[in-house]
Amino acid sequence: MGYAIETIYFLTAVLFIVGLQRMSHPTTARSGIVWAGYGMVLATVVSFVHPQIQAGPGNYALMVIAIAIGGAIAWWGAKKVAMTAMPQMIAIYNGMGGGAAAAIAAVELLKVHAHPLPISTLIMAVAGALIGAVAFSGSVVAFGKLQELKFFKDDAKFRFTGQQKVNAAVFTAAVVLGLIIAMTHSSSGALITVFFLLALAFGAMMALPIGGADMPVVISLFNAFTGLAVALEGFVLGNSAMIIAGIIVGSSGTLLTLMMAKAMNRSVSNVLFSNWAALGSGEAQAVTGSLKPMEPPDAAIQMAYASKVIIVPGYGMAVAQAQHKIWEMCKLLIERDVTVKFAIHPVAGRMPGHMNVLLAEAGVPYDLIFDMDEINEEFSTADVALVIGANDVVNPAARTDKASPIYGMPILNVDHAKNVQVIKRGKGVGFAGIENALFFADNTRMVYGDAQKVAAGMIQGIKDLG
Amino acid sequence: MEIMKQVVEFFSPIYILMLAGFLGYEIISKVPVILHTPLMSGTNFVHGIVLVGAMVALGQAVTPLEQAIGFLAVLLGAGNAVGGYFVTERMLEMFKSSKGQEK
Repeated sequence: MGYAIETIYFLTAVLFIVGLQRMSHPTTARSGIVWAGYGMVLATVVSFVHPQIQAGPGNYALMVIAIAIGGAIAWWGAKKVAMTAMPQMIAIYNGMGGGAAAAIAAVELLKVHAHPLPISTLIMAVAGALIGAVAFSGSVVAFGKLQELKFFKDDAKFRFTGQQKVNAAVFTAAVVLGLIIAMTHSSSGALITVFFLLALAFGAMMALPIGGADMPVVISLFNAFTGLAVALEGFVLGNSAMIIAGIIVGSSGTLLTLMMAKAMNRSVSNVLFSNWAALGSGEAQAVTGSLKPMEPPDAAIQMAYASKVIIVPGYGMAVAQAQHKIWEMCKLLIERDVTVKFAIHPVAGRMPGHMNVLLAEAGVPYDLIFDMDEINEEFSTADVALVIGANDVVNPAARTDKASPIYGMPILNVDHAKNVQVIKRGKGVGFAGIENALFFADNTRMVYGDAQKVAAGMIQGIKDLG
Repeated sequence: MEIMKQVVEFFSPIYILMLAGFLGYEIISKVPVILHTPLMSGTNFVHGIVLVGAMVALGQAVTPLEQAIGFLAVLLGAGNAVGGYFVTERMLEMFKSSKGQEK
């Protein structure tokens, strides 16, 4: 039986690798997840007859019930939720994985008196438990923040002086306690409970003060954490499928995290351990000029008579679900021989690629969508740059103002376009909480309102031209 | 011979660690920005394999406390796997009807 199961696990690992490989190309991406899905089903089915399972039929019943409940809730959630809410769904499912890894460790630690494990294995169990628990509570906080639950709304209220010292103390306490548990082969319920509480507290405390704009990096990091925790528990259980899959996720997740942080011109430690407010030195440059409003039909006419329009979508487009209307408007412009291109900043929206996903949903062809590096030179030849609910990624202060918290972040050169139109819900500042000089520039017009309604107004404006 | 066997046994997990780690790094490094979110979601699904370990843990559980924690582990693991799959599938669904590719 052991050989049969190991063969299936090997096959699962192959399917996962091929699946991920296919997922990294647009044309084969969809088949990739299906391949990986087959692997998961295979591994799950054979695990019912895993030789390490020695318990009676009661546990089998529990297994089936748990899979049914957990699977049904997750299926329902994944199907129901709006496309804009995808980032927080990834966060919560990732948290569940971390929690599962931590729970596996808890079972193994509690059984140590009956089934002694070597100390190296215990240390891996404890490390996996710590990382998994941190990923769990941290992901739950990330979910709460992205879902904009009231409790998590104010980042500042979770910031206090000496916070990093307190966090470090909690983390150290959890590590020390974990080592004590591993060294003494203790299966004392009290020690293990305190250990898990400390780990969970650390995960939450780590994520609570981090602002919404930095959440993609944090979720990606927790994703890598969960992979690592799964790999560690895989070593504990001697489960090759968990080891391979966990390490692959751990390493790819780490790279993805670094890539995201790099796009924001910040290091990962900078995202985790400092707040925007603490950055920069001295007063930010004062913003001069005034905000000049424009009505949607007038904005539409300006675009209809342009030869080149570059559209810069941001989180505001996602919130308003405006991608369909925007694309409808673009099609009208294209009919009038206007060149339309989309420019995507690496951290626009809540996750890298977030905007691409939404535009793809609306049916925008890939060849109209460009990364920042590909299109940044072109803004100077554009007649109109239309910014839809984006703010910090187009703020010229990142280039010029050393005192600005976003100084040094690569931005889209929207201000080089002849005319700039900004669709915005209100006069508030962006996620980084800073004013945007672009909005006050002479060639910028503000089109206030919900992006979807504004787009509808623009469509009407173009149609009225005949 | 015996010593060789021990050496191989000692090193094989390290080889697995190195190769799998390298593989994960390579897969991501060639991915276009457009697929970052779906791929993060895909890797999120892949670590749903924790479900398998959770089933084993529950299968070994004896006391009611162990059973309760094992039950929780399976529940969470199943949520990770199933939710991760359908979120990824929904995202990738949109790449279906495209005419061309970005690059």
